[in-house]
Amino acid sequence: MTEYGVILFYTTSSAMRAEKLLVAEGCSVKLIPVPRHLSSDCGVALRFNWQQQEKVKSVLDQAQVEVDAIHQL
Amino acid sequence: MIYLDNAATSWPKPPEVLKAMVDVLQHAGGNPGRSGHRLSIEAARVIYNAREDIARFFNIGDPSRVIFTSNATHAINLVLQGLLKPGDRVVTSSIEHNAVMRPLRSLEKQGLILHTVPCAPDGMLDMRSIAAAIDSHTRLVVLIHASNVMGTMLPVAEVAHLAHHAGALLLVDAAQTAGAVPIDMKAGRIDFLAFTGHKGLQGPPGIGGLVIGDHVDTSQVEPLMRGGTGSQSELELQPESLPDKFESGTPNIAGIAGLHAGIRWLMDRGIHIIREHELELTRNLINGLSSMPGIKVYGTSDLERRTAIISFTANNKEVSEIGLKLDDDYGILVRVGLHCAPAAHRTIGTFPGGTVRLAPGAFTTMDDVNKTIWAIEQIIAS
Ligand SMILES: Cc1ncc(COP(=O)(O)O)c(C=O)c1O
Repeated sequence: MTEYGVILFYTTSSAMRAEKLLVAEGCSVKLIPVPRHLSSDCGVALRFNWQQQEKVKSVLDQAQVEVDAIHQL
Repeated sequence: MIYLDNAATSWPKPPEVLKAMVDVLQHAGGNPGRSGHRLSIEAARVIYNAREDIARFFNIGDPSRVIFTSNATHAINLVLQGLLKPGDRVVTSSIEHNAVMRPLRSLEKQGLILHTVPCAPDGMLDMRSIAAAIDSHTRLVVLIHASNVMGTMLPVAEVAHLAHHAGALLLVDAAQTAGAVPIDMKAGRIDFLAFTGHKGLQGPPGIGGLVIGDHVDTSQVEPLMRGGTGSQSELELQPESLPDKFESGTPNIAGIAGLHAGIRWLMDRGIHIIREHELELTRNLINGLSSMPGIKVYGTSDLERRTAIISFTANNKEVSEIGLKLDDDYGILVRVGLHCAPAAHRTIGTFPGGTVRLAPGAFTTMDDVNKTIWAIEQIIAS
């Protein structure tokens, strides 16, 4: 079974930017509603393949995308 | 019909713009980012992609610094009301639009110190006067990029230099230039650029934006409105993150999609090519009008420092009469009067009568221009 991680952002705009950057880098990601147990926020979060966490983090770091939190699902 | 009122709003719109607006309502109809389902996410993607292209178009690095507003007026008010405090000193020109002058005059009543630098009758800014006016107490310089009355362009890059040297910020009103001339915020060192979507950018009315330079500290700017952003909902305080800080409430997604399509249309065709075309039309209109007896044409004679706006008066006819005859008898649509810019008309000496303003656009042809010159000749001879 695939293990997932999820990234929370401060703005929807950051989530869209992250999705675009990560897809361009070949990461498999999906925008999902923010899981209720992680935050009461009503926006979107980005789910990714936990095995790719290093790559995901470095892509977002390099592009200076502001991230609220990263959780393992 | 010949439409020569593109400085008020451009028309017709490229078919791609209309299509993009219908498409987004049909296929991306969710509330952007709010709900997390596929239609909501698609709507958020549409908006983000527009942000990215607008950031590229005006050359800033961070797309979250593209703030969508209803129009240029809204973007200008965001900066003026959000940044300025009583006692702050502001420098502006004598040819600003009421979108700038009315909020500034209102803030002046609350203690703002406003200094208006005169422009010459052809609209040109006196660099020595503005250099003297911008001092170390100046918080903000507000400058119209091109006059909506006579088309004269002001030297924003030089003024940016003066402003920054004195520790002030620069707000540029690009309502008339966005889409009409290339704008590079990085090279021009522009801190705030207010634009509207429905003129040169070829988009629909009701959408515009404020583009904030990458280095500008946005914590010093208060939002005009506060409310839901679809993010950080657990907080009852307005978030500081961009663009959300300045974008409360459900955005005009059809407008954003149309604006984005308009900008892509411009990029595909090449803004330089459209500018060349418009300058050629402008040159012919100026030459045609200047050769008629009793006609006075306003604005600088240096075409490179002009946008496609030609204002004129006739010594034997009121401007309203010329406008009405052009519409009724020849099907030529222009705008007469003060163009929401009484200060500019005072500067060029046409207050309160105003001028007849001809504003060709990307879709205007040389044949339209020749017919217009002929029609004006008939009207002033009658
Ligand atoms: C120079 C200038 N500034 C501001 C505006 C206001 O634009 P909008 O009505 O789209 O807010 C206009 C156009 O009307 C304009 O020509």
